[in-house]
Amino acid sequence: MEAMREGQCGIGPLEFRDVERLSIQIGGQVKGFEAEGIFNRQQMTLYDRFTQFTLCAAQEAVAQSGLEFTGSLSVRSGVVLGTAGGGVSTWDDNYRSVYEDGKNRVHPFVVPKLMNNAACSHVSMQHNLKGPSFTVSTACASSNHAMSQAFLMIRTGMADVMITGGSESMLCFGGVKAWEGLRVMSKDACRPFSANRNGMVQGEGAGIFVFEDMEHAKARGAEILCEVAGFAMSSDAADIVMPSKQGAARAISGALSDAGIDRSEVGYINAHGTGTAANDKTECAAVADVFGPHADDLMISSTKSMHGHLIGGTGAVELLACIMAVRDGIIAPTIGYEEADPECALDVVPNVARETSVDVALSNAFAFGGLNAVLALRRFN
Amino acid sequence: MSIRDRVFSIIAEQAMLEVSDVKGESTLESLGIDSLGLVESIFAIEEEFDLTIPFNANAPDDSDFDISNVDTIVAGIERLIALKS
Repeated sequence: MEAMREGQCGIGPLEFRDVERLSIQIGGQVKGFEAEGIFNRQQMTLYDRFTQFTLCAAQEAVAQSGLEFTGSLSVRSGVVLGTAGGGVSTWDDNYRSVYEDGKNRVHPFVVPKLMNNAACSHVSMQHNLKGPSFTVSTACASSNHAMSQAFLMIRTGMADVMITGGSESMLCFGGVKAWEGLRVMSKDACRPFSANRNGMVQGEGAGIFVFEDMEHAKARGAEILCEVAGFAMSSDAADIVMPSKQGAARAISGALSDAGIDRSEVGYINAHGTGTAANDKTECAAVADVFGPHADDLMISSTKSMHGHLIGGTGAVELLACIMAVRDGIIAPTIGYEEADPECALDVVPNVARETSVDVALSNAFAFGGLNAVLALRRFN
Repeated sequence: MSIRDRVFSIIAEQAMLEVSDVKGESTLESLGIDSLGLVESIFAIEEEFDLTIPFNANAPDDSDFDISNVDTIVAGIERLIALKS
């Protein structure tokens, strides 16, 4: 959150094997993360990097919550996480080994290491969470869909506490090479909403939260960061990659009605804001449609300009900006903003964070495949 | 190092024990190696000796490779190496 507040850019040159064979060589790579110092040898053979990120974030989240999962609470608590690619670098390393190096044998744990639900299962084991647990994979909306499911489980009484969020780690040769193919990546920077934007930049990491039934949290005197007020999901049913204004608008307005929020209450939207030509103008048009004249009063920023696009983990990391908005009254900026675009004529909080009071914040995620999920957060008083 | 010593050292590493704690009559179970650890041990042995061990985790007893204890594992590997040469 501090880095978001300061408008720090975490995007830089990528460092991994064969990076020189890529045409895209920048990303929001996590640097200085020494997994060997955190996990033992046995754990390292089972944890892909996306699992490592997840376990570290979950550890911090659970510690901050002050919860201990024993007895009946353990059975009434679960884990729902999002990831698009799961153990991409495990796939990549082992394909390299059998195809390029000609090896005929791979480590026996390749499958349990690369599976998309590996991170979810290890969080469940580490924290003794025995309730409903699974992984959601909806490309760039994975985390928002995951958090929506976690929220729903608490709202419907299926669980008291849910560990939720998501993670991604596809910054390896094969992961970036695949993305290059689509020709939507920028070679120099992620500049959402800026007229001179030229594509998205990938990031990696994890964001994990503890969602808890409000009464349960109040009863134990928990530190409540904010309230998850509602959510909505929609499908464009139109195109496998191009976004749709109607699909996005239905998810945004659906989240407002689900939460019982009047549109005038919304002070901040964390945009999907990928920095591609198509997404940013479509998203702005959808916001203008839903909010009418109020669209000019609210703030909308894309923190992907700082951390890059974490694909399946992105909604989770971006929820931090929404929490910061409603809890601290600080709006994370859209950095790298250089030229106004008439097709993105909203207050995109260019380059510098802003201090103000916000009652309600929305987090948008619009995935490839046209699957959309929007969450609404409300300040907790 | 002899074949026997190399197998002992792989099994000791897998069990997180000293090599001296591994005996010929030790079963993998008695060394604390579970089913996942067994599959990993077999992988490590295959890598070390460049062998393919006929072992199916679904039916360990029916496999043409006796894993009853460390001695039988060593004997099985010696046989496979002899067959190879």
